[in-house]
Amino acid sequence: MEFTEEQIMRYSRHIILPEVGGKGQAKINSAKVFLIGAGGLGCPVGYFLTAAGVGKIAIVDDDNVELSNLQRQIAHNVNTIGMPKVDSVKATFNALNPDVEIVPLKLRLNCDNIMDLIKDYDVVVDGSDNFPTRYMVNDACVLLGKPLVSGAVLRFEGQVTTIIPGVGHCYRCLFEEMPPEGMVPSCQEAGVLGVLPGIIGGLQAMEVLKLIIGKGDLLKESLLLFDGLKMTFRKVKVPKNPDCPVCGKNPTITKLGEYAANYCSMVKSTPPLTTH
Amino acid sequence: MEDIIPDKKLDIRGLHCPYTFVRSKLAIEAMNVGEVLEILLDFAEASNSIPKSMQDHGHKVLDVARINEKEWVILVRKDKD
Repeated sequence: MEFTEEQIMRYSRHIILPEVGGKGQAKINSAKVFLIGAGGLGCPVGYFLTAAGVGKIAIVDDDNVELSNLQRQIAHNVNTIGMPKVDSVKATFNALNPDVEIVPLKLRLNCDNIMDLIKDYDVVVDGSDNFPTRYMVNDACVLLGKPLVSGAVLRFEGQVTTIIPGVGHCYRCLFEEMPPEGMVPSCQEAGVLGVLPGIIGGLQAMEVLKLIIGKGDLLKESLLLFDGLKMTFRKVKVPKNPDCPVCGKNPTITKLGEYAANYCSMVKSTPPLTTH
Repeated sequence: MEDIIPDKKLDIRGLHCPYTFVRSKLAIEAMNVGEVLEILLDFAEASNSIPKSMQDHGHKVLDVARINEKEWVILVRKDKD
């Protein structure tokens, strides 16, 4: 791949890294990443991937920007309040790097549209704010064999893991079933220190770039836990569950529609949480 | 060293760090293992830093020669893909 003068300058700090070089940068420039959520996690993940020069980034979210988002969702601003979040981030990302193709999708993911939406992308990044979406995204990625970088934040704590279907664990190997409604505080109830999604989103972006250039160790058989109050990182081994309902030897979930009547109605009826 | 015929010549006179190395690196990446790159430069600091970085990246520096008061020629053999 031939770089333009501007690209050589823009990506020079990547190109001089032995692990990246011109070849790695060319991979980044032609990669396609699908981001779920344009909130606390989606903003920093998308911002850094845009800076890195990822070729195409789709971002899905059906919310509009609110003032209460701005304490942590760093790609929005006072002038975009009321706008669809996906349009707000597109403007911010393209102001940083106009070469990146941003595909804004103002819609809610469900079991009927997710497979088609993500199928042409190389990596999926979960920055969603609710469990039904999280499980649906996991199952869709496992069924399609699509790498998934999953992140979550609450209060002062966050977690990151990378799911490579067929290689390591999946989200259901970690937590087989969704916690019952009411058991898990939503971010609206629990709060989140604004910088936390920046840290976790930054780690997710790091995983995505390593996936793209094929270097380093991914969190593909482990879960990274961050505690911002104690300022500790803990990496926990996560075995693949041979009896996992979606990625195990005899899966009971073989397509999204089969188990999904109840599941998908939950996705659709979950009130949009804007405070992720 | 006079008998080494470079497979590719790169003129980076006028460039400063880090573009001196960025250009050299992109040039050597596009070559085959075993081929020799000749780099002509006039940024003094790069006459030390390019050979060091090329070695760090796994290549063989064959020669660093100051050809006049302001210019250097570096010969590097690509040893690693």
